[in-house]
Amino acid sequence: MAPELLSPQKLEEFRKRVTRLEHPRELVIDVLRAIQEEYGWVPDEGVVLTASLLGLSPLQVEEIATFYDKIFRQPVGRRVIHVCDSICCWSRGSEGIVRHLQDRLGIALGETTADGAFTLLPTCCLGACGQAPAMMIGFTLYGHLDAQKIDAILAAERTGGTP
Amino acid sequence: MKKHTLLLFKNRRPGECVFLEEYRRQGGYTALAKALKQMDPAAVRDAVKASGLRGRGGAGFPTGVKWSFFPSEQPGQKYLVCNGDEMEPGTYKDRQLLEADPHQLVEGMILAAYAMQIPTGFIFIRYAYRQAMHNLERAIAEAAQAGLLGQNILGSGFSFDLHVHGSAGRYILGEETALLNGLEGKRANPRSKPPFPAVRGLFDKPTTVNNVETLANIPHIIQGGADWFAGLAYTEKGAGTKLYGLSGHLERTECHELPIGITLGDLITEYGGGVWKGRAFKACLPGGASTPFLTAEHLAVPLDYEALEQVGSRLGTGGVTVFDDHTCMVAATLNLNRFFARESCGWCTPCRDGLPMVSWLLEKIEKGQGNMDDLDMLRGQVRNINGRSFCALATGAMGPVESLLRLFEEELVDHIRRGRCPLAN
Repeated sequence: MAPELLSPQKLEEFRKRVTRLEHPRELVIDVLRAIQEEYGWVPDEGVVLTASLLGLSPLQVEEIATFYDKIFRQPVGRRVIHVCDSICCWSRGSEGIVRHLQDRLGIALGETTADGAFTLLPTCCLGACGQAPAMMIGFTLYGHLDAQKIDAILAAERTGGTP
Repeated sequence: MKKHTLLLFKNRRPGECVFLEEYRRQGGYTALAKALKQMDPAAVRDAVKASGLRGRGGAGFPTGVKWSFFPSEQPGQKYLVCNGDEMEPGTYKDRQLLEADPHQLVEGMILAAYAMQIPTGFIFIRYAYRQAMHNLERAIAEAAQAGLLGQNILGSGFSFDLHVHGSAGRYILGEETALLNGLEGKRANPRSKPPFPAVRGLFDKPTTVNNVETLANIPHIIQGGADWFAGLAYTEKGAGTKLYGLSGHLERTECHELPIGITLGDLITEYGGGVWKGRAFKACLPGGASTPFLTAEHLAVPLDYEALEQVGSRLGTGGVTVFDDHTCMVAATLNLNRFFARESCGWCTPCRDGLPMVSWLLEKIEKGQGNMDDLDMLRGQVRNINGRSFCALATGAMGPVESLLRLFEEELVDHIRRGRCPLAN
């Protein structure tokens, strides 16, 4: 069965919050993030749902949804890997880290593995500059990366374990 | 190693977070009680102004002066917004602070709100900081439960509500007016100034936006006094301590709280363990990705606002990224510029079209396909972009490029003459 865009409880929670706010539009990121966390990404129906909840047009929501790089408007894998390519990670070998991830996953940046397990995306600074090179899978941050560590992380993430 | 006072990191323990009980045991919320019982709002504003505290988010504007522009006496809705976006590469201090001791920010915001008579506050926090967001939500709930937030705080008659807003990842949100648009649920393009946020900010109401580290300093200023705070710095014009985040080619890349004005050389040697692999220091970004490079001739420069401006750079966020002598500065600048080009919101032409042009020129030179005219083109781009973009993003992006041309012209010329990167493997 296809997952819901938002659970009935979450939907009700947002409906209540909307009535309490003078400017319901301020919830747009909250709603989009909630849809993404439940559904995996934000389909067109998610944009329409957000718009109807907040009293906006779908276009008004779309211009927000496409602005942020952590809101996905296309299907992604079960795990999204954000690998940092900013200066601190670059200085400590992020180009090699990205190449290793691409080799191990058999995909280029922006692609999803055939089994739907991982999507690989470059990202700007993760605020982990002291642990460079770093990547984030879901909301889990991994720093001080090298090839061996990446292999262990990917294996653990595939099975839902801890590296 | 010189002895120095810890304020912001005094409760920091590896892998732990201090919540209400421990925070209070360490003296937390005594500054709030002191302010609410013994000081009127103007006295709090005066103390912050006298302390010499400057904004820790990058721009370094004096906080007390910024607060003095705010229509504190005007009745009605006003907002205090904490900028916790922190997406400048090299900058991870606010994360360290929020993951270790979130009540400092909460107390600082209540004090700031009292000083400016603001009834509502928002903490705007970036996507990647999930743990920090949870910590703040818990700290806010604890403070509300203890009567430190909400209605009639500590029986003073002052009321303040505080909310956390999670973002979804774009560097431009660090620009205060883009942040306000983002908070309102609009596309986060910067706004035209004037009117400034103090006049017309969030939801068109007067608004002050301060950085996490700036606000976290407020309880310490109120508790210790303005003179004491100012005297913590190593330099005469500096004030207080600073969170310096070390990164790049150092043996140890950690975040340290140190007096404003520690020299670059001492920071690198004593706290960074020196340049990694026994190599030599070539350059650094002293305050995040948008600050002009410094070189070995600057190692004795104190890391404070004035001294760095005198040598053509900025303290910025205090995120110090070091490069060893194996680093190609053209490649490093290309990486920095690609970041800014990708993070541009595309609102204005110098930023939208200028930054990709700069990346194209740098890439051409790095690949050995450049010619001497490209250097003039680069200089022209710096001239045309600097100060002419709608917000500070593109002007900040020109910091490293301008300093590359000024400090590493020989390296650029060497690329062109050899037809390849002289430092490539």
